[in-house]
Amino acid sequence: MEMTLPILILAIPITMFLILGIGGVYMSKKMAGVLGILGMGVTMCIAYYVALTYFFSGDPAFIDAQGLRLQVPVFDWLWLAFTNALQVKLGFLLDPISAMMLIVITTISFMVHLYSWGYMEGEKGFQRFYAFLSLFSFSMLGLVVATNIFQMYIFWELVGVSSYLLIGFYYKLPSAVSASKKAFIVTRFADLGFLIGILILSFYCKTFDFIPITNDPTSVLASTGGATFMGASVLTWALVLIFVGGMGKSAMMPLHIWLPDAMEGPTPVSALIHAATMVVAGVYLVARMFPLYLIEEASLLFVTCVGAITAFYAAVVACCQIDIKRVLAFSTISQIAFMMVALGVARPELHDGFGYMASMFHLFTHAMFKALLFLGAGALIHAVHSNDYTAMGGLRKYMPITHWTFLIGCLAIAGIWPFSGFFSKDEMLAAMFANHWFWGAWMTMVAGLTAFYMFRLYYLIFWWEENPHYKEHKPHDAPWQMSLPLIILAAVSCVAGFIPFGEFVTWNRMPYHIHIELPVAATSLTVAILAIALATVMYRKKNPIPSRLKAAMPGLWQAAHRRFYWDEIYMFITHKIIFNIICKSIAWFDRHVIDATMDGFAKITQKTSFAIRGMQSGSIQTYIVWYFLGAVLLAGITWICIF
Amino acid sequence: MFSNFLIWFVIVPVLMLIGLGLCRNSSMKAIRTVMVVGSTILLAMSLWLCVDFLAQRAAGAADEMLFTGSWMWYEPLNIHLAVGVDGISVLMLILSSVIVFAGTFASWKIDPLPKNFFLWFTLLSTGVFGFFISIDMFTMFMFYEVALIPMYLLIGVWGTGRKEYSAMKLTLMLMGGSAFLMLGLFGIYWHSSADPNSLTWNILEISNNAAIDPGWQNYLFCLTFVGFGVLGAMFPFHTWSPDGHACAPTAVSMLHAGVLMKLGGYGCFRIAIFLLPQAANELAWFFIILTGISIVYGAFSACVQTDLKYINAYSSVSHCGMVLFAILMLNTTAMTGAILQMLSHGLMTALFFALIGMIYGRTHTRDIRQMGGLMKIMPYLGVCYMIAGFASLGLPGLSGFVAEMTIFFGSFEHADTFHRVFVIAATCSIVITAVYILRVVGKLLLGPVQDEHHLKLTDATWFERVATITLIVCIAAIGCFPNWINETIQHSFTPIIEVINQAANSGAMASVM
Amino acid sequence: MELTMLWYLVPSVIMFICGVYGFITRHNLIAILLSLELMLNAADLNFVVFNRFLFPGAMEGMFFTLFSIGIAAAETAIAVAIVVNIYRAIGNTDINEIKKMRF
Repeated sequence: MEMTLPILILAIPITMFLILGIGGVYMSKKMAGVLGILGMGVTMCIAYYVALTYFFSGDPAFIDAQGLRLQVPVFDWLWLAFTNALQVKLGFLLDPISAMMLIVITTISFMVHLYSWGYMEGEKGFQRFYAFLSLFSFSMLGLVVATNIFQMYIFWELVGVSSYLLIGFYYKLPSAVSASKKAFIVTRFADLGFLIGILILSFYCKTFDFIPITNDPTSVLASTGGATFMGASVLTWALVLIFVGGMGKSAMMPLHIWLPDAMEGPTPVSALIHAATMVVAGVYLVARMFPLYLIEEASLLFVTCVGAITAFYAAVVACCQIDIKRVLAFSTISQIAFMMVALGVARPELHDGFGYMASMFHLFTHAMFKALLFLGAGALIHAVHSNDYTAMGGLRKYMPITHWTFLIGCLAIAGIWPFSGFFSKDEMLAAMFANHWFWGAWMTMVAGLTAFYMFRLYYLIFWWEENPHYKEHKPHDAPWQMSLPLIILAAVSCVAGFIPFGEFVTWNRMPYHIHIELPVAATSLTVAILAIALATVMYRKKNPIPSRLKAAMPGLWQAAHRRFYWDEIYMFITHKIIFNIICKSIAWFDRHVIDATMDGFAKITQKTSFAIRGMQSGSIQTYIVWYFLGAVLLAGITWICIF
Repeated sequence: MFSNFLIWFVIVPVLMLIGLGLCRNSSMKAIRTVMVVGSTILLAMSLWLCVDFLAQRAAGAADEMLFTGSWMWYEPLNIHLAVGVDGISVLMLILSSVIVFAGTFASWKIDPLPKNFFLWFTLLSTGVFGFFISIDMFTMFMFYEVALIPMYLLIGVWGTGRKEYSAMKLTLMLMGGSAFLMLGLFGIYWHSSADPNSLTWNILEISNNAAIDPGWQNYLFCLTFVGFGVLGAMFPFHTWSPDGHACAPTAVSMLHAGVLMKLGGYGCFRIAIFLLPQAANELAWFFIILTGISIVYGAFSACVQTDLKYINAYSSVSHCGMVLFAILMLNTTAMTGAILQMLSHGLMTALFFALIGMIYGRTHTRDIRQMGGLMKIMPYLGVCYMIAGFASLGLPGLSGFVAEMTIFFGSFEHADTFHRVFVIAATCSIVITAVYILRVVGKLLLGPVQDEHHLKLTDATWFERVATITLIVCIAAIGCFPNWINETIQHSFTPIIEVINQAANSGAMASVM
Repeated sequence: MELTMLWYLVPSVIMFICGVYGFITRHNLIAILLSLELMLNAADLNFVVFNRFLFPGAMEGMFFTLFSIGIAAAETAIAVAIVVNIYRAIGNTDINEIKKMRF
């Protein structure tokens, strides 16, 4: 493949960012919107062309005779040379997962661009919004096509900052400002782990490039020379630290606290960044480095454990949230954790490591249906001007398009046949059962919880009882710019499950034939249906069961509602300990010890001169007395010395 | 003598001084004309120098220093006015001229006594330019002093707040540093050659002569490193920086943080490390501890400050600590990082101080608790402040990221635990930096407007835009295309690394014997 | 009885000490000036005596004395002028009144 098209995929969004960012104030809103959408549309077409060419052209540059899909660095430019060996390059790596991600990102991004035209209409800073969306698209695309881990880190930081800018889009709201700050700092903290991981890894590998590292992981292991630190091998440390970076971006416990707050941003942003693309960067990172993780099983076990705990935690919390975007945020955390577990349990000996394939498959389907759900939530918020389900209820009659598309999204995430979530979740669960029954059972339970809280949300929004406010302000479906993306994404969620994903994306890039594991599928389907039934009983019509349940275990409900007090713990550590104790005492030490010492020198000098200035009395006679005494003394000394 | 290109870097400012002297006190127009023309010429000269330098290097000029020239100044002590540049000096000259250029525009409406202000300002730049082109230790020291003294008047007369105290403190502390430095330089001079009749001040000649006695090297290294380290805001000699910056007028803060603090790093590198390599190998650990403390300590201190200038002064302590820290790692990558960090810190801190000056000029307060929501009132300045903040916290695409990453990867080449611990501590500063930058951005620019009087304020004027855009373009240029800088300076380290390795080997030999 | 050097030196010392005593104790500037002259003359006397007794063949001591007398005259003239000016400025010539130049 020649270079021009892949370059355009990156060049168009960044150019749009510069045009809209610098020239945005001089152009009309409509102009900015059209430019943004057009730019993204063209990018999407090119990305589709590139990805589809990669998968389907059969070109020997992309696939060899055995069906092995090749990793193609389309271009790779030197950006910064640290040493002769350690060189940072900016390039474009085309391989199955990056091609798949190109499709996901450009699709969702285009949908969101289109949707925002309706959603953000009349907002101040419309041009700025499109500029930031373009910046984000650029950074995210740069991240997935990275040829080396340092390029990934560069774009990793850039998506962080675009996320910061977009969460804080309503910068006059203090809550948005603090949410954006929190998101940035938490992910920055995680990135510190990532950076140290890269430092360690590159110290031993002497390269940043993915291709040599992942194609020959044993030589990486050999280059560490068996060095260990605190009982674990250096490579494990490096991989775990890199994964910490992924934990931050993908909101794994205990670094998940920023994601729910990030919902302060405009809803399209939540759909694009905090549901479909940026938050899966952690999963993508592990997938990218997967061959390396494979040779250090301890690091994969760490990934699995973190994922399993997070998935359960987030699912429980999601059951007790009032803000519909928060419910979706926790469901995102839970689903990403699902993908992490699927990656963590994948082993080459277990059906050719199909956990990896399942994880990527779920990443794909989840991006579609979660974006759908968020955009649906956006339409709801647009209609009732509130984020809380208490302001909704019985909306199915007023907003039919939103209702049906949202229902499809819920069915997909709950894993009901034939919606896309069923297929990917089934593969993941099968992979977990294949590794160990415990992971399978645990995650099946989480899948049940998922179905429950999603349908709880669905019923509370669309059924339950009609909100009396509708009489004054009748809610209605959103304009076409918003409905169209919902319909498209719903359609994709219906059919995406039938894509033979294993043909395209596997850990060793060889085709794998997906087959439904009947026992697993039956179990998970049964669990999901039971959970939906339970939700139906509890929430379909207004009834006292939920409040009674809440009254029965107030402590648990409160704890789950407050997200098990993680924010309070963090607040305590950051504000009370780090800010009030460490920072303030250092600042105090600086002013009152170090600076006081320096001032002290000056004071001592001053005091001394004040003390001895009396000798400068101005009386000549005193001077003479001293002079003679001195002369006599000198004469005496001379006398003694001579004789 | 005048055929040497470098000497013009001193002559042009001197001509500017004469020109300013001829202006009438009240004639703002004439004063500005002289300043703008002069600083533009300097900027053009430094860019031309860079182009010419790269062309000569490409043509195969392999000498350590190019454009060299040497003229006797004082025979009995063998003092010359010796000039010459390598890649590092070229970059430093560009940095200085950019900041002088931006500083001229940032102090467009200086009041009172504009003529005198610009006279001292230009004298200061004369010292800075002279310092960077000198390769004779004595003239270097002389220009160093020329750069320091005007600071006293600039802060004392045109400053704000406790200006007399701060000016006195800054000058005395830096003079204290100079005292150490002078002893060190004289020591190097007396040991510069085995033959007492051919003692020399010339850096290149000294490095070519036989190494200085190791026992003496240790003393001299401490003297020179501390002497320059005071100017580089090394812990615990950094306290002049917060007070000094807080009280200095805008352009002076810019020039001071942007260029003058770089004199420290440059000097450490050019004299302490290059001429005393054995001591550098032996004593680096001690100064790594001090500079490592600087990095983390400055960042933590910045988190709780409420005065904008104090925040940036402490952040300068942290960032300049990074420069010295990287120099002490004694390998090419880390030293490249140090140079990048000098450039990056110079540009972004100058931008910060310029913006703070502009904001202060409008709101008449620098207390972040009394401001808020300025983004809505002055979007241009707000966006510039955010860009400066992002550069400071290391956003890719801006200069800070490149510099910090080069330092970290260079420093990580040392495999022993001691270095590792300090490198990891230094990397932690990127998180703390993010905390204090975002804290300021959140309080100052975002959120609701705190003070209704601020609603009437205006956005940037054209000369303020010139100053900020110049700096932002440079920051982005370094951040997006860092490799040309690497290429410019890569040869400059070869001799230094060579002497360090030689010293390390001979030290190892000595310990074996 | 032969007149040895001692006969001249002892009065010279007495004269010198008187000068010192006067210089230290008197408050009037004119008196201080007189004491100063006394000390100067004692020194001059010493020059002459040493020249006469120790180096009879040379004349440097004599010349130096003449030189010194000349200088002393000039110095007295300046000093008196200063005293007169001080008197005009502050109305008296008391040394305790003139302490403006101290620290």
